[in-house]
Amino acid sequence: MVDSEAIAIRVENVAKSFRLPHERSTSVKHVFINIFRSKRKFEKQHVLSDISFDVKKGEFFGIVGRNGSGKSTMLKLLAGIYVPDAGTISVKGSLTPFIELGVGFNPELTGRENVFLNGALLGFNRSEMDTMYNDIVDFAELERFMDQKLKNYSSGMQVRLAFSIAIKVNSDILLLDEVLAVGDAAFQKKCFDYFRKLKKDKKTVIFISHDMNAVREYCDRAMLIEKGRILTSGSVDKVAQRYTRLFLNSARASEELGDKTRWGNGQAKLKTVHVIQKADKIIVTLESEFYEDARDPIFGIYIKNPVGIKIFETNTGWERVKIGSIEKDQKVTVKWEIADIFTNGFQTVTAAISSHDGSDYYDWWEEATSFVIDKDKITTAVALPKATVVVDITS
Amino acid sequence: MKHVFTKKNRALLSELVRTDFKLRYQNSILGYSWSLLRPLLLFLILYLVFAKFLKFGADIPHYPIYLLLGIVLWNFFAEMTTQSLGSIVARGDLIRKIRIPRWIIVLSSSVSALINLGLNLIVVAIFMVFNHVSLMETAPLLLLTIVQIYVLALGMSLFLSAAFVKYRDITYIWEVGIQGFFYLTPILYSISRIKDPVLLKMLFLNPMAQAIQDARYALVTHETVTVNNVLHNSIFRLLPYILTIVVLIIGVLYFRRESKYFGENI
Repeated sequence: MVDSEAIAIRVENVAKSFRLPHERSTSVKHVFINIFRSKRKFEKQHVLSDISFDVKKGEFFGIVGRNGSGKSTMLKLLAGIYVPDAGTISVKGSLTPFIELGVGFNPELTGRENVFLNGALLGFNRSEMDTMYNDIVDFAELERFMDQKLKNYSSGMQVRLAFSIAIKVNSDILLLDEVLAVGDAAFQKKCFDYFRKLKKDKKTVIFISHDMNAVREYCDRAMLIEKGRILTSGSVDKVAQRYTRLFLNSARASEELGDKTRWGNGQAKLKTVHVIQKADKIIVTLESEFYEDARDPIFGIYIKNPVGIKIFETNTGWERVKIGSIEKDQKVTVKWEIADIFTNGFQTVTAAISSHDGSDYYDWWEEATSFVIDKDKITTAVALPKATVVVDITS
Repeated sequence: MKHVFTKKNRALLSELVRTDFKLRYQNSILGYSWSLLRPLLLFLILYLVFAKFLKFGADIPHYPIYLLLGIVLWNFFAEMTTQSLGSIVARGDLIRKIRIPRWIIVLSSSVSALINLGLNLIVVAIFMVFNHVSLMETAPLLLLTIVQIYVLALGMSLFLSAAFVKYRDITYIWEVGIQGFFYLTPILYSISRIKDPVLLKMLFLNPMAQAIQDARYALVTHETVTVNNVLHNSIFRLLPYILTIVVLIIGVLYFRRESKYFGENI
């Protein structure tokens, strides 16, 4: 066991649920009505249950999870904004949450006035702010604008100013909630520099993020929350892998629900779309069945990267592969071997069969399947997207 | 109590009050001078209407000051409670994103009201000079009365601001309530007009009635009817003060219970 001296935050069996505003009584009339009703209507939503973990002093601890997993609620519980329904949270040392930058900024006040207001909210008094003021303004590079009202600032300037104040905070423990998500490349670099400084200064940091690259780079340990429970915790690699797998599972689940776009005239159907990942290549296999005769049908796929951009596209027409005449009830399997040109993350495969001239689509299957690329090192070498196609016809 | 006024909390309180004040007279040409000019002009109207045209309070010495002081103290109570009522909800962005003691927000609006009271009392002093009201040795007692009204208003403010987070009709209820309360307090009318002794006694259970009459006694004229003239039993005399304390305790307890859930309820 770790001795308790070295623990900065200890969370034990914490649970939190919210009353969903099914019919919340926000007016006195409802209160009176509800008194006379036998049962009040509200739904309890369990956001977090049975959460326990420790964060050691000087540790950079990541909390990852999908939207709605409860990770932000966890952060607010740690920050003391919410009170847990059950369990205890003990914090050793001063703690500052950054759920948002520039909390309390008022557009009607000048930049200078906002610096002092925001500083006070972060726990600095006037004289402390006076000594830091020039530093803050220098760092934000906003000397000329400090006596203008904040409403005349661009959003980038506001973020810069807020960030310059935030980095002055010298608490023992910092909670960071994806404040990185905003700003341009230059600003992001400043953020990452700040992270490195926090690590060097041995600050305890709780970092909430979607960005697995940032988590891998800065966190010593991490925890994955899904549906209000800890799915896994420990080494960053383990957590990151589990996190990417979550997306794969959810894609399968939604496939079963049949909410993917699929259309076509039904002359032929794709039975399965299958992906096999090899060391340096991806093998995509389409299995189809024809219900009517067809001449030289075209099979095609495209693959979209995690942000939905088409990375790779091919079809048997472009590749000048003649499928030939297919008779009713014949099965056709088409297999592509594609060089692994993909970046880390969640990729989707869309597949289709069309008539020889592309005028009729027999079957179009949007995001028929998906796969996850999770390379430890991102190679810088660019491979040309080369694909080989094998066609197999069976009766 | 030691942790209540830490260095951080004091800094935050003063910054919130400062912001409040800066924003109040934004985009006005006369700026801060409005905080003196506004009561001055309002009092002039009241003086003309009640003292000159309607000739109210002919039986009361220095009636204009008598009236003015009542209005100033009442305005303090009304301003503090109505401003505090919405203060927690108005600062919802802070409460949802940062950990600050919630009561500081209510306290900051109460300090703003106190500052306004100070300015209004300066105007009262100006009127006193013009009306040749001599300063009596009981004048320092006015401070005690102000403390009492502040305590009462703070209790109400804590209760109302916390309740407003959950029930948004509190604002309308209080708007009406404070009007009724105004007429339950002898501000515009002279208390000597109430002849029914039972009604008179009931009226003095209202802490605001007792406080305003006390203030007038201390500052304007000893001919003021106070709680001591009306209630003869010393336990009854304590009732308005006890009521003040009770309101504060209820306010603090309710606020403490509810403030845990401000983050999720706003």
